[in-house]
This record gives sequence, C-alpha cells and structure tokens, in this order.
Amino acid sequence: MSLDTQLPVSLVDAPRRESTPSPAAVPIQLQVNGRNMAIAVAPWTSLLDLLRLCLDLTGTKKGCDHGQCGACTVLVDGVRVNSCLALAVMQDGKKITTIEGLAAGDALHPLQQAFVDHDAFQCGYCTPGQICSGVGLIAEGHARTPDDIRELMSGNICRCGAYKGITAAVEQVMRSTEQGAKK
Amino acid sequence: MMSIPTIADPLPANASQVGRPLSRVDGRLKVTGGAKYAAEHNAPGLLHGYIVSSAITKGRITRVSTAAALASPGVVHVFTHENRPSLAWFDRKWKDEDSPKGSPFRPLYDAKIVHAMQPIALVVAETFEAARCGARLVEVEYEAEHHETDLRARRHHTYTPGNEKTGFEPPPKPRGDADAALKEAPVKVDAEYEQAAEHHNPMEMHASTVIFHEADDSITVYDKTQGVQGTQKYVCNVFGLPKASVRVLAPFVGGAFGSGLRAQHQLFLAVMASTQLKRSVRVELTRPQMFTFGHRPQTIQRVALGAAHDGTLTAVIHEAVQESSQFENYVETVVNWSGQQYKCENVRLEYKLARLDLFTPLDMRAPGAATGLPALECAMDELAYALKIDPVELRLKNYADVDGNSGKPFSSKELKACFAKGAERFGWARRNPEPRSMRDGKHLIGWGMASGVWDAMQVPASAKAALSIDGRLIVSSATADIGTGTYTAMSQIAADTLGIPMEQVRFILGDSSLPQAPLEGGSFTVSSVGSAVKAACDKVGARLLKLARKAHGSPLADAKDDAVEFADGRIRLKNDPARGISIVEAMRGEGIVNIEEQAQSIPNFLKHRSYKLGTHSAVFVEVRVDPDLGTVGVSRVVSAVAAGRIINPKTAASQVAGAVVGGIGMALLEETLVDHTLGRYMNHDFAEYHVPVNADVPDIDVIFVEEHDDIVNPLGVKGVGEIGIVGVPAAIANAIFHATGKRIRQFPITPDKVFA
Amino acid sequence: MRAFSYTRASDVNDAVHRIGTPDGDGASTAADKFIAGGTNLVDLMNADVMRPRQVVDITRLPLDTIEETPQGGLRLGALVTNAVTAYDERVARRYPLLSRAILAGASAQLRNMATDGGNLLQRTRCYYFYDTATPCNKRKPGSGCGAIDGVNRIHAILGASAHCIATHPSDMCVALAALAAVVRVTGPAGERTIPFAEFHRLPGDTPQIDTNLRADELVTAIDLPPQGYAEHLTYLKIRDRASYAFALVSVAVGLEMEGDTITHARLALGGVAHKPWRDEEAEKMLAGKTAAAENFRLVAEFILRDARGYGHNTFKIELAKRAIVRALEEAAGKVQP
Repeated sequence: MSLDTQLPVSLVDAPRRESTPSPAAVPIQLQVNGRNMAIAVAPWTSLLDLLRLCLDLTGTKKGCDHGQCGACTVLVDGVRVNSCLALAVMQDGKKITTIEGLAAGDALHPLQQAFVDHDAFQCGYCTPGQICSGVGLIAEGHARTPDDIRELMSGNICRCGAYKGITAAVEQVMRSTEQGAKK
Repeated sequence: MMSIPTIADPLPANASQVGRPLSRVDGRLKVTGGAKYAAEHNAPGLLHGYIVSSAITKGRITRVSTAAALASPGVVHVFTHENRPSLAWFDRKWKDEDSPKGSPFRPLYDAKIVHAMQPIALVVAETFEAARCGARLVEVEYEAEHHETDLRARRHHTYTPGNEKTGFEPPPKPRGDADAALKEAPVKVDAEYEQAAEHHNPMEMHASTVIFHEADDSITVYDKTQGVQGTQKYVCNVFGLPKASVRVLAPFVGGAFGSGLRAQHQLFLAVMASTQLKRSVRVELTRPQMFTFGHRPQTIQRVALGAAHDGTLTAVIHEAVQESSQFENYVETVVNWSGQQYKCENVRLEYKLARLDLFTPLDMRAPGAATGLPALECAMDELAYALKIDPVELRLKNYADVDGNSGKPFSSKELKACFAKGAERFGWARRNPEPRSMRDGKHLIGWGMASGVWDAMQVPASAKAALSIDGRLIVSSATADIGTGTYTAMSQIAADTLGIPMEQVRFILGDSSLPQAPLEGGSFTVSSVGSAVKAACDKVGARLLKLARKAHGSPLADAKDDAVEFADGRIRLKNDPARGISIVEAMRGEGIVNIEEQAQSIPNFLKHRSYKLGTHSAVFVEVRVDPDLGTVGVSRVVSAVAAGRIINPKTAASQVAGAVVGGIGMALLEETLVDHTLGRYMNHDFAEYHVPVNADVPDIDVIFVEEHDDIVNPLGVKGVGEIGIVGVPAAIANAIFHATGKRIRQFPITPDKVFA
Repeated sequence: MRAFSYTRASDVNDAVHRIGTPDGDGASTAADKFIAGGTNLVDLMNADVMRPRQVVDITRLPLDTIEETPQGGLRLGALVTNAVTAYDERVARRYPLLSRAILAGASAQLRNMATDGGNLLQRTRCYYFYDTATPCNKRKPGSGCGAIDGVNRIHAILGASAHCIATHPSDMCVALAALAAVVRVTGPAGERTIPFAEFHRLPGDTPQIDTNLRADELVTAIDLPPQGYAEHLTYLKIRDRASYAFALVSVAVGLEMEGDTITHARLALGGVAHKPWRDEEAEKMLAGKTAAAENFRLVAEFILRDARGYGHNTFKIELAKRAIVRALEEAAGKVQP
C-alpha cells in the first residue's frame, strides 16, 4: 500500500502525558475513500472517532455510540458496519468508504441523488449512515420487496421519520442496479 | 410611489416557486456529509469535555475527589461545584426563551442534587477518550434524600398552575354545568387515559463546541439549538459577557422536536470550560445523558362526554394531572382543545400539576395537544360506539365553527374537507363498524380515525435581504432549520417576491448576528420568519422599482405600483409583460451595486383579535393486530391536513409523514421507564427506548386540503410542524379497538396490553 | 473507555496463552478479553461495564469458514459472521431455523460485524447491568439486583435466582439450543467440546459468570448436527417494535412429522431466562402427539410450570405459552407464519 498521508501520532488520540494506564498508539495502514494512509491510533479509539475527530471526516455521524442507531454506518471492504463499535486499530489493512467517498467528483452517487429526489431526510443527521447502509444493502443483494428494504434498513433510525422516502430511494436505485446487471 | 409595507403584502399572483414541490436547497450538503453539526466544528488545540452524572436522584454531594481523574493521561482540568467560576445569582439571569416560571437548573452550582444523572462534574482532556476515561475516575460521595418520582402515587398532591409560561393558556372557566349535564345525558362515556413520559431523542446528541479567540477573549459557540439568539442571551446573562463577545452558530441542527428550545447543560459546561481555560472546548452528551433534561411529561387524564341519542354533545369534562419538577412549573395546553374542537354548551376543563423529583419537562412536538387530543379523540370514538354512530359523522354532528372557549370564529377551518378527502382516499365508507369484523389469517384488521388541531401562531421576526448587481439575492434571519425545510421555504418566498430564479437566491440562518428571529418551534417559523423575508424583499423591490422608473427610457417610468410585477429577473408591466427592465439593468443604470434592506414583521393583532387561528387534520389508520401475541402493525395511514397555503408540498408532506411516524411511536412504542426506588430512568438508550424503525412504518399518504386564509398572515401560511402528530395516537388506539374490541387507554399500547 | 493494551493473536494457541486473569477471576470485569466482531464488548467498554486490561484481537485466526463435518453436519467457524452464516446456501437450505433466528436479531450492520463465536458470549441487556450507578450482581457481585424490585419488563421468568433475573439476549443461540449444537473450544490444556445445553449457565448465586467457558478458553467452532429440521420449523420472535429490538419472548421449533403426527420435536425459548431455554421433557411430550392446539397448550403449560413473574414481566408467562402454541402451529403447517 502506498502512503499518501503520514499523520503524526499526536494528531491521533494519544494522550500527552505518559503514565499508567496509558494506551500506547499502534501504527496501522488504512485506505480511506481511496486514499492510503499510515497512522498511529490508540487502541481505545473507535473507527468512528478516528474518522470524525482525527481525519475530520465528520460526514459519518455519532448518534448513540452503542450500535443502536446506525448513524455511524460506513463500508469496510464494501460491507456496511457500525463504526462506533469497531476499534480503529483492528481495521489495519482495510478499505474504508464513508459518505465523503461515495460521489464521483461533482456527480452524486445514484443513491445520494435518489435521497434528494425522494426527500428521504429532514434534519440530515442520520442521512450519511442511511445512504452508506443503502449502498451496502444493494450490494448484499438480499432485498426483493419494499418490505425487505424496510426490514434490512431497520438498523438505521431516523427520528424525523423520513422512512417513506428512504425506502423509495433505496428501492429506486436497487431496481436500476438490477436492470444494469441484467443488461 | 410604492408603499413600503411593515406587514408583508400577499405573494404576487404570478408566484412560481411557492407551492412547488422543490427538493431541499441544502440537500446536496446533507447527502454528501458536507453539512456540519454542532460537534463537528474544529479548532486548533480543541479540548473535549465529558460529563460526570450523579448516581443519586436527590440529596447532596458530601465529597468529590478529582485527584485520580486529574492524574489520568490527557486530563487537563476537572470542574465541579467546588471550583466553578463565579456565576450569575439571580434566577432571571438563568432563564432562557422557553423557561417556565420557577428557578432554572444551574449546573455545578452547588452540592445539591435534584434529579437522577444530574451533571456534577466536567472532565476536560486533550482527547475524547481521555476525557471519558477521566470521568470514570472522579469519586463522589453523596447523602441521599427521599425522592418522589411516581405520578400515580402523587396524583392527588397537585396544584393548579397559573400563567406559567409564554404561549400557555390556562383552561377557560367552566361554561354551563358539565357535571349536571353528564349526569342527565342519556349516553355517556367516562374514562381515564394515561400517557407515558417520552424523550425527544433527536439523532444528533446535544453538543456545544466553543471556539475561544485568544485575541479578544471572545467566543464562537456552535450549539445544538432551535434558536441561536436565545443561546446567546443565556450565555451572556449567566457568564456576564457582553453580546459582542459571544457569537452563536447553528447552521445545521440534527433534529430537536423541542429539545433545542432551552439552553441545555452541555452549553453551560462548554462555555464555562472554554472561558476558564481560555481554550476551545467541545462537550457532547452521550445517548443516556440525552435523558437527563426535558421530556414530554407523563399525564393522567379523565375525559367524560355526555350526548343526546342523536349524537349532540351535551357535556364535555376533561381533567389532566401532569408532572412538573420541584423547581419549575412546566405547563402545556392539554385540556383546552376539548372546549374548542367540538360544539358543546357544558364544558369543564381542569389542569393540575404534581411535583416530582424529575427534571422539568419540556415542549416536545405539539406539546399539550399531542397529550390532550389522544384522550379526547379516543373518548369521541368510545362515544361513537356507545351511540352507534360513525366516528366521522359524530364529529361532523358536533362540528365547531366557533371556538367555544373564546367565542371567536375560526379564521379558516377546512376540517370538513379533511374528513371528506381523508375518508375518500382511505375508503372509510366501506368500513363495517363492528369490532373484530375484519380478519386476514391470524391478524385482526382495524380501521380507526381521529381529528387533530394545533394553533396557527405568528410572532415578531426580522429578516434582511441583499441584492447584488450580479442578480444574486442573499436573505438572512437568525432562525433555524431543524429539518423543517426553512432554508428551502424561505428561498422560495424570497425568489417569488423579487422574481429571481431559485438558483440565485441564498438563505442564511443559524447565526446570532443576523436579524432577530424567534426560537424555531410551535409551527410558527414559516408564518413569522416567512413574513419577515417577504417584507425585507418587498423593501428591496420598492427600491428597485424606484431605480427602474429612473432608468433611461424606462418603459416603467409612469407605471403605478400595482401595475408592475417581478418575474424572471425583471420588473415588468403586469398587462404587458414584454415591457420591462431587468433588475441588473435598473441597478446598473443608477450605479448601484448592492441593495440591502431589513424588515420586521409583526402579527396583525388587530385582525387576529377577532378570530381563533388554527390548523386541523383528520387521520385514518389501518392496523393489523395479532390478538394472541399482542403485536400491532400499522399498515396504512392517510393524513389530511388543512394548514393554509403550503409553501413547499414536498418538504411539508415530509414533515407531516415524519410526524405520523412520531405518532406511531407515541401510540405503540415510546415510554421512558422510571425505577421509582432509584428515581431513575432505566431504559435510557436507543436499544430499550423504542422509537419507530423503518419496518414499523408503512406508506403514509399525506393530503393537503385547499385552505385560503388572509387573516392569519399575508402569506396565508399556518405551519405544519406539529399538526401531523396530534391525531395519530388516538387514530391508532381507535383502530386497535375496531380490530380487537378492546379499549386500551394507556399509551404506549405495547403487546402486553393488547394480548392480555 | 478505560485504557487497555491491544495485541493480535497469530494462532489459536498463541491466543489462549495471551489471556490472563489479573485478579485470578475470569469473571472479573478487568479480565483479559478476546475480541472479534466487538459489537458487544466495545459497547460494554464504552458503557464502562467491562474494563479489560488487555484485549486480544483474534480476527486474523483461520476460523472463518463453514465446513462439512464427518457426521454430515456443518461446522461454523467461530469467526464466520452472523450475516455470512445466515445467508450461506448450505445453512439456509439445511438449517433454515438458524438462518431465520440470526436474521431476526440485531441489524444488518451488526450481523455483518458480529461473529458466531461472539454471539454465544454476548451479555445480558438488563438495564441495571448497563447502568453502572445501579446495583447489579452480574456486573458487581454482592451489590444486589436492581431489577427484581425495579423495572423488570424484559427480565427472566424461568430459571432466575434471588441474585439475578437477567436474560440471555441472543436469537441465534435459541436456534442453536433447539438444534442441539456442540461448541468446540480450545484452552491452554487443549481442545474440548461443550454440548449447547451446557454452554450457558443459570445465574444461581454467581450471576457474574454467564457460561461454562473458562476465561482462557476460546470458542473455535460450532458444530451443527446432521438433523436440521428443514421441513417443519419456525422461529417466532415477539418484540415491542417490528425490527431491531430484543425479544420479549422468542421460540425456536423444529419438528419431524409423519402426516399430522409429530414424531420428534425440538423447542427452545429466548428472552425468558439466563440461557436459551430448552426443555427436553417437553420435547418428549410432543412426540407421538397430533399437531393440534390443545396438545400444544398442554406442552406450553408444562414448559412454563415453574415460571415466576416479577411484576412488569409477569405478562411474559402467558405470552410465552401462546408463543409456544403459535410456533408449534406454524412449524406443523397449521398456521401461516
């Protein structure tokens, strides 16, 4: 893996003073949104906090920090996970895709555009997690019906209640992906 | 000469943006992760604060030891009541824009503990994890006192509140003799209803990031709030800071539903730490800590209705007992709706509070109405069954054209149209009223309905409009967009007022330095701020017209004010649109590069005085109940809403559909459970406090019925933030009765209540 | 969370030798822990309920495959994720009960992270266990049980003790109990197997110990016996909301039938006890019975014969009985799921 970025240890959640119990930072390599980086992380840093606090990728949201809301959903090696329950140090060698990595330049990912078109959000806070989750859902290929989508998107809570638009947006992109695959 | 209105004129007849289902103008930022919320703003050397929460409910701290925390790596400082800075003393300094009467809670003020999980220390560290780890090392000893947290046990230890809070109306005096009329009524229902305490739980946890500016000791505060100017005022008052030193920003707010109406304690703690340490500091609550401040209060209600055989209501009694804290008198309008929604000559309404050792409740989406209407609307359904009259028909039979409480007519009330259109879309006419008459395999199917009402309010607000020579219009006001679509709706109003394409309009909000705006709440933002936006743009328009008349060879030189219109970036003659002049030309001609105008809009009190202003709704719901196992699924919802002019049908429909989801939560899921021995909320997380998930939510059909109202405000808008939730809980409960024949009067209706 | 040291195990042997028990007590909150999916451990560390001094990352161990056993069953590697297991063609075809139970639990994201071995070891969702300011004998032995006289809507009605009324939260394990899976573990002394029924414990007076796995033992695989009950099965889960919620009561049923007669039955309950609740006597009662609601009700009454409610959760006794009847009806094809 080539290194585009070498972040200093101090940037990444490592306490200043040394005394016990002090979590020693562990060097890891990651690819985040296509960018390779070597960083050192304290073991107690979650992938979510690494993204938000250290890499300033604040698109990924903290809604509960306990795996109970889905706002922190990102794709790790293409698979959707709750980044709040993933230790950053365990992601060594993995490819992370966040909401910031979905669009191709100015062109939105089809699911991002579908969320805008279907008004699939209000406050927007759960939205990045919903979209990453939807991208993961479509890639998994287990949903057939709108009810399947509702069930498989239930790990992403939306307190504004934009579920109607979320389901419609995911279904639209899922169908067009299926069409594309058939052609 | 065109008159410059202080109250906005109606939108031009050629309005092309208002009424269009446009996608949100901030959509792109929200789907790309570009929208930054309170905890996402950064600064060099930013410190992180983590709150230590009290382990007891009531009593005092006898000892606090911070030595271990201070010795923990990365910890910079630990604040407690013992080392806090000097703070304001008078209660009024601690009041925010949504405070009820009483003595507001003061974090870290002294050793006293008044509620469970009260913030008692703030550990500030170089990193988030270091702060969290340090927080667990703070040692606290307490002396506990007896607490009372059980409303059922305290329901007879009540007091009758007065006018404790802006926007609250105490119940009107009784009219007629409701108790005697009830006694004599040939048909009656008399039942007790209960609603659980709920917590707002917006997805974004409350957070404040305070950026400290070393040059002048001023601070910029990114706060999760529904009103940046309220936050600013609170911070200035509590810390004795001049307004110029405190700027509050909240460009994006990750939901609130009322939780951002008051200054929450993370704001105080972050500002205190920042100003004391002269460093930038962020404090973010945890999800369990999101249960440590305001909430929708638990309520026990009695509704008794008497009627003649033909369905005419002869008696309405509605009594409510609600929790408040020991230190503030939280009130909401719970029972008054029962004297307003139906025509009845004998009405008695009563509202009482019981003090509990819980934090002060707080307005939560449709406060009061979402509490009182479910009881009234369930009772109406019970009465319909007692009378053997269709529930819609019973409501039409007692339809009120005049608000019985005030004797005033409604400025507009298209509730009949809501009933008609909602019923038609739902297929209500096919309903067999017999309970347990519809079955699909193991499921019983039920159809239920209810009506809803909310006030259409307007409060003073200001806005600024700035038009530049390149044709771009920037409009601003210190309001908020908590997911409501404010950015989009205001842009549409501005675009139409000056005939400028949407792409060239930008609306700015969430900055305390902008023109005055009220808290975003009560569904009054579009009427209040929208009117101000209109007024500011009209002032710009008046100046433009002056310039246009003066332009060399202007076709508008002699045009009267009402003969011109703004469209497509031009000022033109209404009856001859080809003759006109472009805005840019008009400005260039006079060498003007920028026109900036500010305006305030105030409600037309003279006009309003003679009317009752409100929004109305009718909700129709289908449920599928498994009677053996008690599970309930909502399979269909039609919500018909009359709320005046709808600025953006797309975002407005989303608000109503989202409120329906909130109503599903109220009806079936949401309840904050208290351990009365400990005096503590126990299910304080998203795993055990159940808000609806995607699988709970069916397709939701939202209908806006046409409603014209030129009394409510010149825009004719009423707001749709709350009206969507109020009818839903009763409609669901009534549908469950229709499905099962079982009346369940305690919300939420969980499986244990259904299957028993 | 509290600071801890992080190491990566290179193989199973290395992993088990890295684990220490600082206080000589494997159930201590400070004991070293293996980490794989992390969905429960990291959550509990965030909540300050678990404070391991060392966390040993086992995700690089070669335990991530599903293989045939010589007996004709399937061996689920401990590191196979719940999602991969549920959607595996062999599992879905031969053990649909297991697939359905897994998919009834948690969320898609959590199932993508959580491993089969870790699922066995998830800890209770009791409010008092999670809230460190309240008494809990499981979290802090000797501090008392807040739930017994507190908010106990989600708590146990079977097999509880005066010290703890917590429930086991897993859905997958309810199916594994019904399937009579076998857990393969490795410790410093070598390999051993634990029948599923003996894997989880009842609370007794040591509720801090969830399982019979020793602190320095690692779950390496779960063996599924050849009989998967793929013809007549159901996993019925009753919960407060439609998805992403723990069970109030769940029932896993697998039947062998001849015509309308049950020849062999497996049945386990979730959400009702400190472990997945399988009653072999009740299963024997079902053998030879006609698939009829009245027979099922008798069995349900039998299974709940010693049930005890604590107030808020008392409804679960009747709910469990009805759920058993319904689940048996569904598995026997009498009612559409």
